[in-house]
Amino acid sequence: MDFKLSEREDLLRKSTREFAESEITPRIEGMEESGEFPLDLLKPMAKLGITGLIAPPEYGGVGLGYLARTIVLEEMSRVCAAVSMGMQVHHMAIAALNDFGAEAQKKKYLPPLARGESMGCVAVTEPSGGSDVLGMQSTAELKGDKWILNGRKCFITNSHISDFWLVIARTGEGPKGLSAFIVDKTAAGAKTGRKEHKFGLRGSNTGELVMDNCEIPKENILGQEGGGLGVTLKTVSESGRTGMAAVALGILQACYEEAGKFASERVLYGKPIGALQAISFYMAEIYTELDICRLLCYRASWMKDQNMRFDTESAMAKSYTCDAAARCAKKAIEIHGAYGIMKEYKVQRLLRDAMVTISAGGTGEIGKVVLGRAALAPFQKKG
Amino acid sequence: MERVIVCIKPVPDPKAWDRLRMDPATKTLIREGIPSVINPLDKQALGAALEIKDAHGAEVVLLSMAPAASQPVLREALALGADRAVLVSDKVFAGSDTLATARILSTAIRRLKPFDLICCGNYTLDGSTAQVPSQIAELLGISNIMHVRQMELGQAGKLLVTQKIEHGSVKLEAEPPLLLSFTKEANKPRYSTFLEILAAEQREIAVWTNADLNLDAGSIGLKGSPTQMADLLVRKKTRQGLRLEGSPEEMAQQLADKIHQLGVI
Repeated sequence: MDFKLSEREDLLRKSTREFAESEITPRIEGMEESGEFPLDLLKPMAKLGITGLIAPPEYGGVGLGYLARTIVLEEMSRVCAAVSMGMQVHHMAIAALNDFGAEAQKKKYLPPLARGESMGCVAVTEPSGGSDVLGMQSTAELKGDKWILNGRKCFITNSHISDFWLVIARTGEGPKGLSAFIVDKTAAGAKTGRKEHKFGLRGSNTGELVMDNCEIPKENILGQEGGGLGVTLKTVSESGRTGMAAVALGILQACYEEAGKFASERVLYGKPIGALQAISFYMAEIYTELDICRLLCYRASWMKDQNMRFDTESAMAKSYTCDAAARCAKKAIEIHGAYGIMKEYKVQRLLRDAMVTISAGGTGEIGKVVLGRAALAPFQKKG
Repeated sequence: MERVIVCIKPVPDPKAWDRLRMDPATKTLIREGIPSVINPLDKQALGAALEIKDAHGAEVVLLSMAPAASQPVLREALALGADRAVLVSDKVFAGSDTLATARILSTAIRRLKPFDLICCGNYTLDGSTAQVPSQIAELLGISNIMHVRQMELGQAGKLLVTQKIEHGSVKLEAEPPLLLSFTKEANKPRYSTFLEILAAEQREIAVWTNADLNLDAGSIGLKGSPTQMADLLVRKKTRQGLRLEGSPEEMAQQLADKIHQLGVI
């Protein structure tokens, strides 16, 4: 097995790290205050290649794979998980369009998304819940040459800053009764609802999308009618879970660095607290969790790049890494003592951000449902 | 402007300087385990060269004298937008002082003729002698301007150069071929775009040894170096405590006297 990253991946990491440290860091305080995604960063992020990272070159993208994406999201998240979150959902919209879009849809929507001239989101969750996809209540009805959509989507990342939405709605009964649609934000009857005030990932925009007799052209269906569940599962499992995992991985890396720096600088009893065995054990745990998560995240994205089936591995990477990020953020705060809960110190933000990743992009429990099924599959008796 | 040569030196990453140690026997830095980065001022020089490339289409050629393992640093510089790179690397170059280094680099530069401009960093973070750029210019018989904070193309192929001096700056007009060494104010930071990272994989890094340069063994390496390290002292940083006693007013006076005495204010 070759665990060494390529020169290309090293350079992607380095370039993203330099960009994030220089260009994103100065905006964090503002994001924490306002709760707004820094839209002015879209242009420089597009120039670097972040917005069009996984979009094919023929549609104006860079055409890189999922391992590259994981590294880039991880590096952004190491500095600011909120911006990384916005981008990972932007990539989800790109992935769904690229996987399921008709040629005309790809030509229309992918180039501006790749160039950072527009933003996208994927809207599955409803007030009745996100995990229960089949319990979805939003409807779409074909009337003449238009689809009429009705319903409300909630907790949607990039809701208020997206130029179009990929919406899943019910067109019939049962699992084959869901379809995916491209809804332009300017479509008649398309409205944004409440904007959420989250305690973590403050700079990532989250809110409601409302469709009130929303009219979209007939050709705006994404994929086949009745294929909405497939669009949802593939997009959430592939780009969604690996993206969320990468965001949490960056938080975990930041936990390790912040805890390590503090443990080496803070002197108690005449020596840095890192020399105390209790603190060094905390550091050992964070260090190990970081490595476990990095291996899980990189393996899942590498499998996608090899065109292998990886739904179990992406669920494992997502559910384990997001939990681990929160566990390690708590330990990092404890290493900081009272400083850890002060707003001037980064670790408190890391815990707030990590907590948001647990339920986002498929809850930890849903991930475990997938994993439980996979774990027991070899023992199931036929019939 | 047809061709711009940029001299690049890999130096120990400043972020890892806490871990840098000296070998007391050889009086050299122990570089093992310390990642190398492009010398920050060389990045400024590269940025200036790339601005000329962006505006006028000049070919940007990187030149570095470094161990063979330094290729990733050159690849990174290529990913910032340079067109090709030449790595001058041979064990016989080891131990070269600034003059021997300048002999090697200027010989390599002659092989890269014709050129209009050579861009260097004002100094490197590890050696900090700031001698090599001027020595290269001298050996090539061309003019050089140090402490360049800004450069632009002027009329009739001339360059308008802003040079930093002690209490301000001077504007100079100069005619290529020319060597400029840049300060940290020269450019805004540039990042390797992902497309450039992919493109850089196709760009050439040629490796030249002394078989290509054909320099006399007595003029390079330790033998060809008139300066030899006599000794190396590492500054020890210690904290000294001073206990003041008396009333607050008296202690304040003692503190002010001490600060004055130390020449802090």
